[in-house]
Amino acid sequence: MMMILGLYNYWIVVGLMMIGLYIVIAQGNLVKKIVGLNIFQTSVFIFYISLSKVDGGTAPILVDGISLYSNPLPHVLILTAIVVSLATTALGLALVVRIKEAYGSIEEEEIQIKDNQEC
Amino acid sequence: MLAHLPVLQVLLPLMAAPLCLFLRRPYLVWIFTLIVSGLAFLISISLLQQVMVSGTIVYEMGGWPGPWGIEYRIDKLSAFLLLIITAMSTVILLAAHTSIQKEIPKSRQIYFYILYLFSFTGMLGIVSTGDVFNVFVFLEISSLSAYALIAMGKDRRALWAAYQYLIMGTIGATFILIGIGLMYQMTGTLNMDDLARRLPEVAQTRTVFAAFAFFIVGVCLKLALFPLHLWLPNAYAYAPSIVTAFLAATATKVAIYLLIRFTFSVFGLSFSFTTLPLQTLFVVLGLIGIFVASTAAIYQKNVKHLFAYSSIAQVGYMIVGYSIGTTMGLMATLLHLFNHALMKSALFLALGAVMYRIGSVQLSSFHGLGRQMPFTMAAIVAGGLSLIGVPLTVGFVSKWYLVLAAIENGWWPVAVLVLLGSLLAIIYVWRIVEAAYFKEPAVATDRVREAPMAFLIPVWLLVAANIYFGVDTRFSVEMAQAAAQSLFGVSP
Repeated sequence: MMMILGLYNYWIVVGLMMIGLYIVIAQGNLVKKIVGLNIFQTSVFIFYISLSKVDGGTAPILVDGISLYSNPLPHVLILTAIVVSLATTALGLALVVRIKEAYGSIEEEEIQIKDNQEC
Repeated sequence: MLAHLPVLQVLLPLMAAPLCLFLRRPYLVWIFTLIVSGLAFLISISLLQQVMVSGTIVYEMGGWPGPWGIEYRIDKLSAFLLLIITAMSTVILLAAHTSIQKEIPKSRQIYFYILYLFSFTGMLGIVSTGDVFNVFVFLEISSLSAYALIAMGKDRRALWAAYQYLIMGTIGATFILIGIGLMYQMTGTLNMDDLARRLPEVAQTRTVFAAFAFFIVGVCLKLALFPLHLWLPNAYAYAPSIVTAFLAATATKVAIYLLIRFTFSVFGLSFSFTTLPLQTLFVVLGLIGIFVASTAAIYQKNVKHLFAYSSIAQVGYMIVGYSIGTTMGLMATLLHLFNHALMKSALFLALGAVMYRIGSVQLSSFHGLGRQMPFTMAAIVAGGLSLIGVPLTVGFVSKWYLVLAAIENGWWPVAVLVLLGSLLAIIYVWRIVEAAYFKEPAVATDRVREAPMAFLIPVWLLVAANIYFGVDTRFSVEMAQAAAQSLFGVSP
């Protein structure tokens, strides 16, 4: 039982990760794939953020009488990763728009069929 | 000034990219990009000399010493890779202006150079940095710009290929991010040197195993190891010719650099190769990759597809050399890294010339090209011979060392399979030769002329390098040997 409750943040992370990855693989709709990718990346952000929490620690601001702080570094790192993820999403959606213009569809199967006809 | 070279190497193209917007005219931007790339090449030569004379250079960003600050660490391996990337980029850029005239609309040409510079920055950054999180950031800089570059292809399939690459590449990069997070969790540090010292203390924990597994899978996606190679053929085939040449010459090489850097320098050889069965796994996947990809290459109708599959096979050779796990094996991998960059950039640039004249790289449109574009086709044949591994070309040198390394380790079957794999290369190269020299040209292509000088000069520079380094192997072998020995901790 401790295994589940004590490490609940990791269970959430792994759960989200699997949901995200499943959507990327199973969905044929290009926008939904990107949503899945986002969920997958968000799980990693939660992982980084939750691992910096120290039990009983406060925010890392120098105050008299407090000696236990949470680690601020992972937050900073993940801020960078969030920006990267944002850029990826923007680029991905821009590509979807162009694909829609060029193929007239955003379903993986239909695009594949049109490609096969050309070859 | 000289002390700041490690960071200038990366900053120069990064700063130059936005400046391109002010120049406005594609021709000026091209000259500017060429100068920046040339300067980066000069810097990398200077860095290489410094490293060879005085050993590893450590540059502390902002004067903050590691492991708190971010440091750039240039050792022999990174200096070697920097040289490959900058040299290839500069030579390929020579043809860029002419090539993109017919492949990218004028209004988008400036953006092409900006993205190119960003991608270039990312690759240089991955190789220079000594901080694992920095690796992730630079990886994403180079990948995101590469997705956009591929999407610039003329064909609409370029968009679909770029999208697929984006999904696969992001999954790979996120896996690397998870690996880095798990490593940080166990050690509390992101500095590679510091990680190498602290990881052995916690090496037998499941968290470190998981970190290693996530990282390796992520990198293997990036380097297109069989069976994670599915994104590569379409991405290479439909990207603009210059982009294909650039990515084929550098992108997978950088991923292999990451693999070597993390398994040898960060996790350590004994952890990567003894605790976990990485060796067996990689040698099997590498060999399957060689055969599956080479066989697939034989059946391609599009010549760019054909060489893209051949790239996957060549990655297989590099992985086989790496998995032998001896100095000799690693040396063969590094040599092949250098040599493969030379041959694939020559081949893809020559294909760019064909694309420029004919507007297609289907095998059927190659009919009779041997007489119409003699110099271009001769370059493709020379590059193809190098790919097969004919003596007096660079391909022979790296395969020779690879076979030697396998035999030295007692892996006879591997040596035989590597040679058999080369036979498959003969078949797919022959298909191009047959189409170009032994088939009658189609009536409509009577007016096809030789490619312009802007193509012939860089292509023949690369072909000359293919032959030169195949005969005079002192530079490449010495460099590969020095880098491999420094990774194994042998004092040269």
